[in-house]
Amino acid sequence: MTSTLTISRLTKAFGGVKALTDVSLAVAPGERVALLGHNGAGKSTLMKVILGLIAPDDGDISVCGAAPGSAQARAQVAYLPENAAFHPALTGLEQITQYMRLRNLNPSGAMELLGRVGLAGAAKRRIGTYSKGMRQRVGLAQALIGQPRLLVLDEPTSGLDPVSRRDFYELLDGLAADGAAILLSSHALTEVEARTDRLLILSGGRMVAQGTLPDLRREAALPVAMHLSAINGYEGDILAALPGAIRVNGALHLTCAQDQKLATLARISTMTDKIADLDVIPPSLEDIYSHFSRRDGQ
Amino acid sequence: MIARILATATTEIHIARRNRWVLIAVLLMVAFSLVLSAAGSAPTGVLGADRLSVVVASLTSLSVYLVPLVALLMSFDAVAGEVERGTLPLLLTYPVARWEILAGKLVAHTAILVVAIVAGYGAAAVVAIAADPAALAGLGALWRLTWTSVLLGAAFLGFGYALSSLARRVSGAAGLAIGLWLGMVVLYDLGLLAAVVADNGGLFTTRIFPVALLANPADAFRLFNLTAAHATAAASGIGGAANAIPQWQSLASIVIWPLVSLVLAAMAFRKGEL
Repeated sequence: MTSTLTISRLTKAFGGVKALTDVSLAVAPGERVALLGHNGAGKSTLMKVILGLIAPDDGDISVCGAAPGSAQARAQVAYLPENAAFHPALTGLEQITQYMRLRNLNPSGAMELLGRVGLAGAAKRRIGTYSKGMRQRVGLAQALIGQPRLLVLDEPTSGLDPVSRRDFYELLDGLAADGAAILLSSHALTEVEARTDRLLILSGGRMVAQGTLPDLRREAALPVAMHLSAINGYEGDILAALPGAIRVNGALHLTCAQDQKLATLARISTMTDKIADLDVIPPSLEDIYSHFSRRDGQ
Repeated sequence: MIARILATATTEIHIARRNRWVLIAVLLMVAFSLVLSAAGSAPTGVLGADRLSVVVASLTSLSVYLVPLVALLMSFDAVAGEVERGTLPLLLTYPVARWEILAGKLVAHTAILVVAIVAGYGAAAVVAIAADPAALAGLGALWRLTWTSVLLGAAFLGFGYALSSLARRVSGAAGLAIGLWLGMVVLYDLGLLAAVVADNGGLFTTRIFPVALLANPADAFRLFNLTAAHATAAASGIGGAANAIPQWQSLASIVIWPLVSLVLAAMAFRKGEL
């Protein structure tokens, strides 16, 4: 399957400061990919290079089979900037009408589009009177115009309430099902986990990890934590049987490597008459993310 | 292409209407035109010209200042405002060329200028013709003044877009626009006058001065309208030099300057990353 977006060995520096170093990635049609990274990790720069707004110093980029920023690429790519801004004197309807006409589409669908993002009631009010979340939705509406083959969304859910976020991801699911490739950046790991197919982690301008969450979990090989509560009086026995366990706030905490997990559980299961309860806590998304984003460049 | 230019133009007209630019431009032109036509009604008997032709001569002097000012006020925000609001990066990811964006803005701003100029000159003409039916003879001069005013405005719209692209900040673009207006419309003439006086009929006056007048669209505009109307006697100052320069030259300057300034604007807007 040909990728909608292919980047190989992309490098970009601003006055000697490297913003992106040797970044390679691909996004296939129908794939939803999350781009994670700290502020300043290079997410927005990468997106602007993909959009042709800034030129790379080195590397090859193919956007829908064309050069980034070419007329052919722009006709098939939709973009939602971080903190989408619009002229405050225009109404939502006028703004979307303009964008539809710029894509050579009949603007009669503008109202329906605003309805899809929940702005039908405010369509004829000036954008200057909108809240941040409403402006973000105008941004979403314009990104849905036409049938973009690639959507580049820079923190699309910032400023949206939880219900709107869910609606937003449902819209994305529909677009992906129709074959659109989606690249979105986010800080909200728990949110993108369930809603994207693959994660990319940028740190200090380098791609430090990419894969599905189970892939990354395996690759990070972070220890698993286990919390045990002993039946009264048996704490000593358990501590003796499980070297490495420590007492924390009346419970027993134990960590073990991923590949020791089953062996450790087997040992614990021999003491079921001494243990009241057991919690197995896998490394959290934040732990995995920190693991990768600290590994490089810091 | 045309559809994209018109889409941008429609948006710009919405913005100008909301921001009261249309109203301000029309009121400025109408108010000043009416004041001038009232003030300019006195010398008709002395000059033997019809009343409207005299008004046209006064309007020419007024428009040299006012039309560039209104054009620059509308255009200085065009690019810098989009940069500062953060709306430009998104716009540039659309399948629209940068020159098409400028062309859309130009269409809208020129349309507003046309409305303001027609309203202003029209009001002055109505007053003149109502007072003296013989003033109908001056309609040709008024028509000439109207289309040359639009071209003058277009030239300064182009300058405004170019400065706006170069400054990339609204405050900077506003400063540059005011500076350009002062320089080209006010100080340029003062400088030339001073030089002519100092030169006292020498090489500067005969060779450089006519070229210097043609090199400035505002002066070329004044020159063309005054020579065409043979109304130089009604005007003072630089108008006196008008007879020395063939009319086709000032006409060429008026036509070429909008093209030059718009090409400059397109070039200034083309470069620059976001």
